[in-house]
Amino acid sequence: MKIAVCIKRTPDSESRFKIASSQTAIDETGLKFDIDDFASYAVEVALQLNEKQGPGETVVYAVGPDLVQETLRKAMSMGADRAVQLKTDAVPYDGIAVAKALAAELKGGGYDLVLFGKHAFDTSGGIVGTATAELLGIPCVTAATKLEIANGRGTARRDLEGAAETVEFPLPAAVTIDEGIARPRYPSLKGIMAAKKKPLETKPAQLGAARVTVKSMDLPPERPAGRIIGEGAAAVPELIRLLQTEAKVL
Amino acid sequence: MLDFYNIDSVLSEDERAVRDSVRRFVDERVIPIIGNCYVEGRFPKELIPEMAELGVFGANLPEEYGCAGLNNVAYGLIMQELERGDSGVRSFASVQGALAMYPIYAFGSEEQRKKWLPRMAKGEVIGCFGLTEPDYGSNPSGMITMAKEQKDGTWILNGAKMWITNGSTAKIAVVWAKTNGDTSDKSIRGFIVPTDSKGFKAKDQKGKLSLRASDTSELVFQDLELPADAILPKSGGLKSPLMCLTQARYGISWGALGAAMACFEEALEYSKNRVMFDRPIGGFQIQQERLAEMLTEIVKGQLVVLHLGRLKDAGTMVPQQVSLAKRNNVNIATDIAREARRLLGANGILAEYSAMRHMANLESVYTYEGTHDVHSLVLGQALTGLNAFK
Amino acid sequence: MANVLVFAETRGTALRKTALEAVTAARAFVDAIGGGEVHALVAGPSGVGATASQLGEHGADVVLVAENAGLEKFDRESITSTIAARATAVSYRAIFLGFSAQGRDVGPRVAAKLDLPIVTDVTEVQAAGDAIVVKHPAYANKVIVTLQVSGPSAVIAIRPSAVTATPSAKTAKVETIALAAEPSASRVVVKDVVEGGKGKIDLGEAPVIVSGGRGLKAPENFKLVEDLAAAFGNAAVGATRAVTDDGWRPHSDQIGQTGRQVSPQLYVAVGISGAIQHLAGMRSSKTIVAINKDKEAPIFKVADYGIVGDVMEVVPALTAAVKEAKAHH
Repeated sequence: MKIAVCIKRTPDSESRFKIASSQTAIDETGLKFDIDDFASYAVEVALQLNEKQGPGETVVYAVGPDLVQETLRKAMSMGADRAVQLKTDAVPYDGIAVAKALAAELKGGGYDLVLFGKHAFDTSGGIVGTATAELLGIPCVTAATKLEIANGRGTARRDLEGAAETVEFPLPAAVTIDEGIARPRYPSLKGIMAAKKKPLETKPAQLGAARVTVKSMDLPPERPAGRIIGEGAAAVPELIRLLQTEAKVL
Repeated sequence: MLDFYNIDSVLSEDERAVRDSVRRFVDERVIPIIGNCYVEGRFPKELIPEMAELGVFGANLPEEYGCAGLNNVAYGLIMQELERGDSGVRSFASVQGALAMYPIYAFGSEEQRKKWLPRMAKGEVIGCFGLTEPDYGSNPSGMITMAKEQKDGTWILNGAKMWITNGSTAKIAVVWAKTNGDTSDKSIRGFIVPTDSKGFKAKDQKGKLSLRASDTSELVFQDLELPADAILPKSGGLKSPLMCLTQARYGISWGALGAAMACFEEALEYSKNRVMFDRPIGGFQIQQERLAEMLTEIVKGQLVVLHLGRLKDAGTMVPQQVSLAKRNNVNIATDIAREARRLLGANGILAEYSAMRHMANLESVYTYEGTHDVHSLVLGQALTGLNAFK
Repeated sequence: MANVLVFAETRGTALRKTALEAVTAARAFVDAIGGGEVHALVAGPSGVGATASQLGEHGADVVLVAENAGLEKFDRESITSTIAARATAVSYRAIFLGFSAQGRDVGPRVAAKLDLPIVTDVTEVQAAGDAIVVKHPAYANKVIVTLQVSGPSAVIAIRPSAVTATPSAKTAKVETIALAAEPSASRVVVKDVVEGGKGKIDLGEAPVIVSGGRGLKAPENFKLVEDLAAAFGNAAVGATRAVTDDGWRPHSDQIGQTGRQVSPQLYVAVGISGAIQHLAGMRSSKTIVAINKDKEAPIFKVADYGIVGDVMEVVPALTAAVKEAKAHH
């Protein structure tokens, strides 16, 4: 199958964050960047589908400055065949603007499947995948926790609140990938070396106008310090009392 | 992992990618089981296929033999990350790559390279390195293992080797023996000995209190017949095994740092969370002094091996430079492991924490591949021209 | 003066809580921009029109009802087309909806179809002159981002449970509308929907969550957590990544950075150490109680009330005490 995977370069999700002096971005000093977590599941899904279903091509796309080339090469070191950088100085926060750039590039690419992460860790929008699919005019399944492809059709499962929905759809289609489908492989050392020889194309990103912009970024308010109210089962009566009278949640 | 001097900024993208991949492997597959393996006294053989798949065996050997073809800084980073897990795991990779695959690459015929190297890279054939003997450790030139050439070109091997990592797991042993009755070290040649040969015996050495997650064996050769093509044609003299040791020692200089980093990170994290006298112990001056000392030695050690790796890649590295790095980095690692163990207090004696396991392992690393003292004499001789070995 | 459209999500013929939250948010927004109408669009199988009164009670001036037998199961494509058709025919300052699982599917499609900007997982909405200013959490709840949305219209997807559904009674005028596309023509077809289990309350909607971690030692011990949740009566059961990775609990129960992010009234963390991964999922809970045998566990730094002790001992005692407290209510 010809599969496109759209990935994003984001900071390591385990980091502690500080706000930059501009107040409109996080301070990137000392942060490590990599393929966004959900996007890396999408890459893994693509690789596994092509491994299972015989010869195919996995192409990875990323919007951003030249720094994203390293992220694209990571995907190629996992096994993607080639990469395309849609170049822009700064990735807009506006998901529709990004979706327009991806749709313009993917149109006519002849992809059977276009995969995205469910959302990116930094913007947490969950917009780009579904919006790009709409712009391409192809069916889309959002936040799939299971995905199977057979005979030109796909079956996916999605978590609803308190339930799970199974959907079927024809290819070509787009799917945004939730956690739990696949564990992303770490690149083998040979894969890392092979990635250097794989094609990485750079083109200008045809972004839409950014109509959503960052006004400010702030850290969430600190929780006031709590306290240990006692030890063992003996502390239970006091807890009940506090939940009733102080917290008023019981 | 703390990168206090931003060494990452002078690593290439590939070097960082290699380091990150091996780090992830160690975090996910080695660290969760290695404490138990150490206590049980077993090497986690089940990880061999994954290590091979990752490409850590002979990683700096050429791609045409199925190896990753990495540069030496990347190779060093692999050893660093493996030993961050455990010295026994890194020893397995060192032996396989630098002491079994490397001699076949450096001294073997093209047929031997093609026959063995790809399968060794895949982890299908495990090798070991037979140089040290029961009575000849620091003085390998005194070895008594002897190979006698027969009229038809075959060889008969007799002797014993000791402290052989991977000895009982290996399919082949690269054995160094004197030849044809000549007791000078000039007659030393290398042989590829299949371990299923008649006359070959491997026995695990029991009762180890260090490097427990590793197979360490005695090898005994009794009238062992070898075909003519068992010899490594380009080997000759003590120089050959010493070249292999230089490769391994280079990797160990990086590896020791990995163990030191593991101990340091664990101690640092512990010091921030462990509360005594109503404060985290990391706030007490004595612990801060410990941590500062550990950090300083790690940074120094990192810069030594980074530069050494660049020299090796440039083709200008000499063995004495490796002696300096191995001697220093292993020594500071033993200190760091011990101090980390102390910072951890009573918890530090549990297998649940890594410090004491690293501490015990590092005593073997201090001793093998040239003891600390031997490397002191290597440096002494390099500086003064005077041989203090005898 | 401007009108706002709200997509009011239903499951079958019942309104989801997030729909009423979206109507409340829309009502507040419209009132803040100098008045206007809230038009709630509801689409579902026959009988869904009965939701109009509930929608009116929460502030809808007009309820647009699209009933179609083909909507027994949620049909994202026809619903998207219908919302888009309505917003093309009638001018709206904004389109509100809940950022639920289905909302995630519909919202961005509507925005792309109408070429509107969209903001999602929104916790606060304000009018600021010609622009709309919203807040939403990013970086796994570690950063609050304030965004400015420009243009004559926009899609605003509200974070479930961020807004409390508030009555603001209007006499809703009900209009019947047709679906803009036939569900049978949709390419993505729902094969089935499997409920999570009898009476299982969703983590995103439960006012109380009792969560368990590695400190429970074995999967069987999750019974303690379930019993405590049952004692509260309106509680859902959550889990940490450690235990879902190990298969003790299903992945959908995971609360954390890559799992569900929840903000219940009360969060009880049982045998959970409090790794950053987990805290990112629950730190905005109103009240946090932690029970753990290790008094150094990081969870105690975020818990309002902590009990140091063996969960096997404390939790049954707490369950009994909660049952009694509820009985005497």
